Amino acid sequence: MRGTVNTTSTSEDVVVRLRDIGKTFPGVVANHDVNIDIKRGTVHAIVGENGAGKSTLMKILYGVQKPDSGTIEVNGTQVALSSPADAIGAGIGMVFQHFMLADNLSVLENVVLGAEKLHGIGDAARTKIIEISDAYGLDIEPDRLVEDLGVGARQRVEILKVLYRGASIIILDEPTAVLVPQEVDELFGNLRELKSEGLAVIFISHKLDEVLSVADEVTVIRRGATVDTVPASSVSSKQLAEMMVGSELPDPSTETSTVTDKVILEIRDLTLPAPGGGRDLLQDVDLVIHSGEILGIAGVEGNGQSELVEAVMGMRPCNVGSVSLGGQDLVGRSTRERREAGMGYIPEDRHRHGLLLDAPLWENRILGHQTREPNVNGPLIDRSGARKDTQRIVDQYDVRTPGIDTLARALSGGNQQKLIVGREMADDPILLIASHPTRGVDVGAQAAIWNHIKRARREGLAVLLISADLDELIGLSDTIRVILRGRLGETFDPATVTPAMLGSAMTGADA
Amino acid sequence: MTRNPRTLKIALAVGAPLLALVAAFLITSLVLILAGDDVGGVWGQILSLPTDRGYINILNAATVYYLSAIAVAIGFRMNLFNIGVDGQYRIAAFTAAVVAGEGWLPGYFNTALAMLAAVLVGAAWAGIAGLLRVTRGVSEVISTIMLNAIATALVAYLLRKAAVKDTGSNITATKEVPEGSRIGGIKLFGDVPATVYGLIFLAVAVGFLYWFVINKTTFGFDLRATGSSETAAVASGINVKRMIVISMLLSGGVAGLVGMPLLFGNDYAYGSTFQSGLGFAGIAIALLGRNHPVGIALGALLFAFLDEQSNPLQILLEISPDIVKITQGTIVLTVVIAYEVVRRYGVRLEQRRVASALDDEPATEGVKA
Repeated sequence: MRGTVNTTSTSEDVVVRLRDIGKTFPGVVANHDVNIDIKRGTVHAIVGENGAGKSTLMKILYGVQKPDSGTIEVNGTQVALSSPADAIGAGIGMVFQHFMLADNLSVLENVVLGAEKLHGIGDAARTKIIEISDAYGLDIEPDRLVEDLGVGARQRVEILKVLYRGASIIILDEPTAVLVPQEVDELFGNLRELKSEGLAVIFISHKLDEVLSVADEVTVIRRGATVDTVPASSVSSKQLAEMMVGSELPDPSTETSTVTDKVILEIRDLTLPAPGGGRDLLQDVDLVIHSGEILGIAGVEGNGQSELVEAVMGMRPCNVGSVSLGGQDLVGRSTRERREAGMGYIPEDRHRHGLLLDAPLWENRILGHQTREPNVNGPLIDRSGARKDTQRIVDQYDVRTPGIDTLARALSGGNQQKLIVGREMADDPILLIASHPTRGVDVGAQAAIWNHIKRARREGLAVLLISADLDELIGLSDTIRVILRGRLGETFDPATVTPAMLGSAMTGADA
Repeated sequence: MTRNPRTLKIALAVGAPLLALVAAFLITSLVLILAGDDVGGVWGQILSLPTDRGYINILNAATVYYLSAIAVAIGFRMNLFNIGVDGQYRIAAFTAAVVAGEGWLPGYFNTALAMLAAVLVGAAWAGIAGLLRVTRGVSEVISTIMLNAIATALVAYLLRKAAVKDTGSNITATKEVPEGSRIGGIKLFGDVPATVYGLIFLAVAVGFLYWFVINKTTFGFDLRATGSSETAAVASGINVKRMIVISMLLSGGVAGLVGMPLLFGNDYAYGSTFQSGLGFAGIAIALLGRNHPVGIALGALLFAFLDEQSNPLQILLEISPDIVKITQGTIVLTVVIAYEVVRRYGVRLEQRRVASALDDEPATEGVKA
C-alpha cells in the first residue's frame, strides 16, 4: 500500500519531512514507504494498531534505529540521525511511555542530569526550569522530589526535560496510557500550549477519541506503511479505525443481560497485608459474581488489582477472609486445585505468566492444564491428545500460525493472546479471571477475544474482568466496581456510567 | 525457505557443537604455539586411534562422567545450578563404601543396599541446598559450593575413623567390598585383561529414565515449565518450591550414583585416592550435551577420549597432559557461545518462517463473526 501525502503544505511550515522510510528486521518488515510531513505549531497524531510500526518509526526519528532506506529532513535540511544525541541536536525530543526519572532526586536534578553543560546545575538551571514551566503552563516546582509527584506531574517533568534540552519537535509515545481522564485533559491543555508557542508535537496513540480531540492532523499507519494523512477535523474516530484496520471497528458491548442468581465466586472480607508492613494491599474486599455475569474492576494501576487476581488464583497465600467458588471454600487450596475446580486465568502479562515462550504451541496448550484431559493420561503427557486439542484451539480461535510446533515466541501478541484465551476456555471453566485480556493486541484479535468472552458469558460463565481500557470495561461488564488503594469502592451500572465518572472514582476525587 | 525446518533444526543442533570444537582446537593450538610446543605432535597423538585398552578406559571414564552430567542436567532443566554434584557424589560414595564394606547383607543385596544408601545420602546432601533455597532464599549456587567444601572436610574426617590400617601402605581407605558384592566387568577384547564397568548399564538406564521422566511425564513437564519460566509455572498451578526441593533431591540422588561404577568395579573401597572432580566435569559435559541424554553421552565420550589420549603426552613429547584441560575448558566456553548464537539464529528463522507463512493471508485481520 503506497502512502499518499498531502502536498499542499508550503515547505517552510514543514519541520519534519519523512520520505520513503523503510526498516526491516529479520523476518519482519517494520516500515516501508513511510511519508509524513509534520508542520510547525501543530499536534500531529500518528495512529495505528499495535505492531503497525509506530514505535519503530519513532525510534528512527529519535535516532535509536537507523532506517534502511529513505530520508529525514528537519527544518529543510536532510539529517542522519544515528543516536538520540543527534536527534536532540536536531531539535527532536522524545517522551517515553515509561518514565525515565530517578525517584530519589529532585525535579531540578532529574532535568539537568546529562545536560549539565547547558545551564549548569545550580540557580541558572533552576531559573531556566521555572521559565520553561511558566511559558508552557507546566506547573513544575524544581525542588520537589520526583517520588512525591503524581503520574501527571511526572509526565510534565519528562516534557520539561525535553524542552530544557532545546527541542522544538516533541514526540510523545502513548502518553495517555498511564493517565486517568482528568489528567489526560490537563496534558492536552499543555500540548495546546506547546503548539501555540510554535512547537511541533508528534502524538502517538491508538485511542482515537483522544487523538481527534487534541490533534490537528492525523497520519494512519497500517502494516508498516502510511495509509493517509488527514486533518483531524474532517474524520470521525470510526473512519480512522477503519483506516487503521481496513474493517469495521469492533464493539465490546454485550447484548442483553445473562446474569443469573447462581453465585459462582464469593469473596468475603479478603485482606492482604503488605509483606513489608504498611498499608494493606487489599482490605476487606467483598465481592460476588454470578453465573453469566461479567464483573469489571476499574482502577488506576497499582491499586490492588494484581493482588486481588493473585489472591483469587491462590498465587498469593492469604489467610484473612474467605474465597469460595460455586459454594466450595477455597481457603488453603493451591493454584492447581483452584484451576481444577474450574478457574480459567488470562494473565495480565502473557509473556511472564501465560506462556512458555521457547516451547511449541502444543506444549503451551498443556500449561495450566497439566493434570487434565486431553493433555495427560495418568502421570504421562498425552502428546497426541494435546496436539489435537491445540489444533482445535488454533482453528476455532483463529490463531494465525504455520503450525502447532511453532514456538510461542514467534507469534504476534494478538495470536499469543488468542491461544491463551482458547486454552483457558478449553476445560469449561465456571469462572474466568481476565486481566487486561486485550492489552497490546490488534483490533481484529480484540474483537475475537471479546466475542469469545461474550459467548462464554451467555453459556453461564462468570468473569472477573480487570481492564485499564474503560471502554472495554463499560462495554463488557454487567457490573463495575472501582478499586482504590486496595479497597473496593463504589458499584456502577455500565449502562449509565461514563468514563469521566469512573475516572473520578478511580482517583478518589469524589470521595 | 524451501528447506525442511526440522532438518534445519537438526543441522543447527549438530553444527553448533562442531563449530565450538573447532574453535576450541584452534585456541588450544594457539596456546601450544605461544608456549613453543610441538602442535602437530600433540594433535597427532590426541587424534590418533586409541589402543584396545584405551577404548575400555574411555568407556569407563565416560560412564562416570555421564552419571555426573545427568545429575547436573536435572538441575539445569529447572534452572537450578547444582554445583554441588562433586560433594554429593563423594559423600555418597564414602557412605556406600562403608555400608558395602560392612557386608551386612549377602552378595548383591549388599550392593543394592549400599547403592540405595548412596542415593539417599546424595539426595539428602543436595536437599539441604534445596531447602535453604525455598525457606531462606539462599542461592543454590552458593550453598552447593559451601556444601562441597563441607563434604570434603567431613569425608576426610570420617575416613580417618572408618579407615582400616593397612601396614606397609600409606593409603587410607575404607574396608574393601566383599568379593561377592563387586560388579564384574565386561571383556571387550580377548587379549586385554581390562574390562568395561558392568555398571555402564546403570548409566544407560539412568539416561533413559532421565529422558522418559523429563519428556514424557507431567512431572517432567512441570519441571521444564518451571525451568523456562518460573512466573508462568506459578500461574499454571505448579508449586515451584516443591519442585525445587524435589529436583534437588533427584539431582543429588543421581549424583550419589556417580561413584558406584568406581566403587564396585575398580576401587572396591573409598580411599584418599578415589577419583575427585567428577562433579565439575559433569557441569561442563551437561552444558556441552545441552542437557540431552544422547548429547550428554557424546560429550562424556569426548571428554573421556581427550583424557585418555592426552595421557601419553608427558612421556612422548614431554608436554603436560593438562593441555587437554585447556581444550575442555575452551570447549565449554565456545559451546555456550555457539549455542546462544544458534538459538538466536533459530528464533529469527522461526519468526521469518511464521511471517512468510502468514504473508499470503489478507492484509488485515478481519473480524471473525
